[in-house]
Amino acid sequence: MIEAIRECLGQEMDADSRVVVIGEDVGVLGGVFRATDGLQARFGKERVVDMPLAEGVIVGSGIGLAMSGLRPVIELQFLGFGHQAFHQIGQQVARLRYRSQGRHALPLVIRSPFGGGVRTPELHSDAFEAFYTHTPGLKVVAPATAYDAKGLLAAAMESDDPVLYLEPLKGYRLTKDEVPDERYTVPLGKLRVARAGTAVTLIAWSAAVNVAERAAEELSEQGISVEVLDLRSLNPLDIDGIAESVSKTGRVAILHEAPLTGGFGGELVATIQQECFYSLEAPIIRISAPDTPYPLGGVEDLYIPDVDRVVDEVAALAKASA
Amino acid sequence: MSESRFLPNFESIAPFSRLTESGILDSGESPMSDEAVLEALRYMTLTRVFDDKATSMQRQGRFGTFSSVRGQEASVVGAASALDPAKDWIVPQYREFPALIRHGYPIENFALYFMGNPKGGTIPANVNMLPMQISLAAQIPQATGLAWGLKMQGSDGVAITFFGDGASSEGDFHESLNLAGIVKAPVIFFLQNNGWAISTPRENQTAARSFAERAIGYGVEGVIVDGNDLLAVHEVTARAVAKARAGDGPTLIESVTYRTGAHNTADDPTRYIDQQELEKWQQKDPVERIKNYLRSRGIWNETLEQEMLDSCAAQIDEAMEIARNTPLATSDALFDHVYAEPPQRMLDQKLDWANRNGGAR
Repeated sequence: MIEAIRECLGQEMDADSRVVVIGEDVGVLGGVFRATDGLQARFGKERVVDMPLAEGVIVGSGIGLAMSGLRPVIELQFLGFGHQAFHQIGQQVARLRYRSQGRHALPLVIRSPFGGGVRTPELHSDAFEAFYTHTPGLKVVAPATAYDAKGLLAAAMESDDPVLYLEPLKGYRLTKDEVPDERYTVPLGKLRVARAGTAVTLIAWSAAVNVAERAAEELSEQGISVEVLDLRSLNPLDIDGIAESVSKTGRVAILHEAPLTGGFGGELVATIQQECFYSLEAPIIRISAPDTPYPLGGVEDLYIPDVDRVVDEVAALAKASA
Repeated sequence: MSESRFLPNFESIAPFSRLTESGILDSGESPMSDEAVLEALRYMTLTRVFDDKATSMQRQGRFGTFSSVRGQEASVVGAASALDPAKDWIVPQYREFPALIRHGYPIENFALYFMGNPKGGTIPANVNMLPMQISLAAQIPQATGLAWGLKMQGSDGVAITFFGDGASSEGDFHESLNLAGIVKAPVIFFLQNNGWAISTPRENQTAARSFAERAIGYGVEGVIVDGNDLLAVHEVTARAVAKARAGDGPTLIESVTYRTGAHNTADDPTRYIDQQELEKWQQKDPVERIKNYLRSRGIWNETLEQEMLDSCAAQIDEAMEIARNTPLATSDALFDHVYAEPPQRMLDQKLDWANRNGGAR
């Protein structure tokens, strides 16, 4: 997946001289995960800039760069550090088009790895996507495959809306699938049916999609047919795509790495019960992390929902009735 | 140890000035032509007229909470008069009415904004400014990036950003000066030290002797200027603009002035301001000072003053009339311009809101 992101950045920078990449350690080092490896050598220090360690001004100056006519791609080294730029993202990036009544478009992309499972130091790994989906004006995407990583990033960079592009920390090297060499886009706001099924709809995004797929495989051995939806995009949300699946299965499980309360799963539950109430055959369940702070690496496997837990909960759901 | 290595270790700084408090120019040449000074005085007068009008309308419930420029007219106009609206950018806070108007922002939009109509936020396509900033200091990184981006694209335009002594305590101030120094962004950080952040005095913002000297820590040039001296403010800003255009990087200007009005129309400064100090600063009124200068040049009299007042009043009345006659925004104003490509869910909401509020438009 990391190669797909890197290839996309290179292709977009080649195609459009207005694209600049700014962030911490994105230059010579190529990013701590190497997403920008080789880009500075190819495009120069003017277009791939190692920024001082200050998330607020990384995002804030990115806004200014966008308004000057450039198309910045900002790397936030970890979404956990996004708190230090939260005022610029939530109050500024997301609102400048509206506040200027359309005068200032903000064609910028904030890329950031998020989620856990790779034993990072403390305060790196939270899944904070719900902070940002609660921010009108900001689009939020979270690909799970290398194919989508490339195509969604290209679409995000093409968009005249600001996009938060979330990368699965755990999927960076784990996720390997076929990626075409040529440039292509995956539209914002369209989910992907990762696995077709008939009994239960299991909704996930980013790194959780892989967990969902493995659980679905085990469940199929128990004779339970699970449809796995990879949302890809949280805002805009593909409500029609979700409704289509749910009207077929009547049973829904939502899987995410973030804590339960206030998580994006709650938004999905509310939407589904409104759109598909008469299709539902059992209460919707949420499989999530507990309502506790993200822990140290030694216990993170106890925190993030794993395949066994998903299998157990979805098997119970398949038998449950309303 | 023969020399102290402990910093700071320098004398207190006297602000740069050109005019005495009674408006007498020093022995040098004026940095502004008489025509330029008259034009600047007109913007200062226009501001006074607007502030008075808007304050009185606010008292009658016809205008929202807003912040007058009173006492800081020379500071704002002196800085703005050093800019070329065709290529330079203003990244404002909210107390810079005359700078925005000079740059091309319509007075009626300014008024509509404070009347609560989102349409007031409309910035005409050829006007190089950002929306007013209410989240203090958040504009400073944006100005830095904007200036840096102009430089990257080979423009010789510069960006100036306005903020106050209070906003300089925010992390965004620090992060921005730091970055601007590194990338030599053509940005002018115009800090209006007006003595107050609502009720919090300047002494509670920093232990540094001046705000200007904080620039040193970022490898950026700092300058302190008498903010009630139009000519001095114009001169240091013009110098900073020329330096930025030439590719020589940012400047932090501390304009020492005083907010002789309230923080805004909801504020009651009698609860915290020292009356004697206020009167001392009222004696240093920037508008009177520049008028005295023009009198000393023999080009100002009561007739001219009345003419200027009348023409400013007519201009403000006309703009307020346009604002008053602008229809109240419909519910569409909640939704328009949020996205380039809006999510369907928001479009559904837009229709629903319109239907509930007098039919779809």
